[in-house]
Amino acid sequence: MKILEFLQQDVLIKYNLVTAFAVIGITVWLSYVVSKYLTRGRIHGSAIAIFVGLVLAYFGGMLTGGSKGIADVPALAGIGLMGGAMLRDLAIVATAFGVRMEEFRKTGLSGILSLIAGILISFFIGACVAYAFGYRDAVSMTTIGAGAATYIVGPVTGGALGASSDVMALSVAAGLVKSILVMIVTPFVAPLIGLNNPRSALIFGGLMGTTSGVAGGLAATDPKLVPYGAMTATFYTGLGCLLGPSLIFLVIRLIVE
Amino acid sequence: MAIYGTALLSICLLIGLAVGRLLGWAVGLDKNIGGVGIAMLLLILLCDRLQKSGRIEPPTERGIAFWSSIYIPIVVAMAASQNVMAAVSGGWIAIVAGTLSVIACFALVPIISRIGGTNPEDVEAENTPS
Repeated sequence: MKILEFLQQDVLIKYNLVTAFAVIGITVWLSYVVSKYLTRGRIHGSAIAIFVGLVLAYFGGMLTGGSKGIADVPALAGIGLMGGAMLRDLAIVATAFGVRMEEFRKTGLSGILSLIAGILISFFIGACVAYAFGYRDAVSMTTIGAGAATYIVGPVTGGALGASSDVMALSVAAGLVKSILVMIVTPFVAPLIGLNNPRSALIFGGLMGTTSGVAGGLAATDPKLVPYGAMTATFYTGLGCLLGPSLIFLVIRLIVE
Repeated sequence: MAIYGTALLSICLLIGLAVGRLLGWAVGLDKNIGGVGIAMLLLILLCDRLQKSGRIEPPTERGIAFWSSIYIPIVVAMAASQNVMAAVSGGWIAIVAGTLSVIACFALVPIISRIGGTNPEDVEAENTPS
């Protein structure tokens, strides 16, 4: 028992970021296996992994009574650093790499229109639902609205506005519901909304914005459409992160306060 | 070298955060406004310039691409360190907000396809070469 104790102290806790890489890596791997064999690829591995992350956070909170999910378990504290604002923002900015200016221009007016409409409608609906459920301050409404945009816009907006951790978690959960739903439902809805050509895929990606949802949903509909949808979706998160804590927050604050 | 890419990425983020913080200060908010979004735009513009003039080497690109490829695991770690326990008490809000937003966006796809300046025949024509 003594050996286990000092192994935990001198290995897992001392090198907690490395422990986090290992634990998250195994979690992601298992999720992709589940995605491939249990759902036959219908639910994207990334969505399952994030869901598992939320479940882990739930048990972490139950075990420790803390507010940082599984990161409150001493050996897993590195997960808090790995998923903290610093590395998160660095990785998110990196996803903009590879997006070309001229590809965006080619998307044309309808692409830009779909991006703006998609972001505004998601924020609007999310903020209204937040209001209906009793979250009536501008910061919480904007953060939950941001979550209805994507599970990345949510925490980035919430982080910038200083939202509380439970509102951040709700916001991530709303984005996750959206992402999973888009993956599952898209192949069934596609024929009804004319989602069968590159142009509508571009518009679809701009409206939905959730990259994993759009990529998963389009892959299940027609793999040829994936890059078109994913391209506009890539801009969604950046634009959402830009508009959320600024313009949209100011408008929501103006209305409710 | 890979570190050049990572440094470029880091510099974009730092500048974005600084501009976002100044923007927040300028409008009287003690907050960062759009810093991450500004950093993304900056990275797109810079990489576009560097790639066109051929001044970005593949190892440099890998220094950025690594961080881009690790963003899902980082989001998983982020999800795992949220206060889900507290969120579950209001769980319906996430389901309702997520579902309604998906329904609204699905409904908008045909509408924007129509008002995007092309009529259905053009869409058909665009569809055939692919």
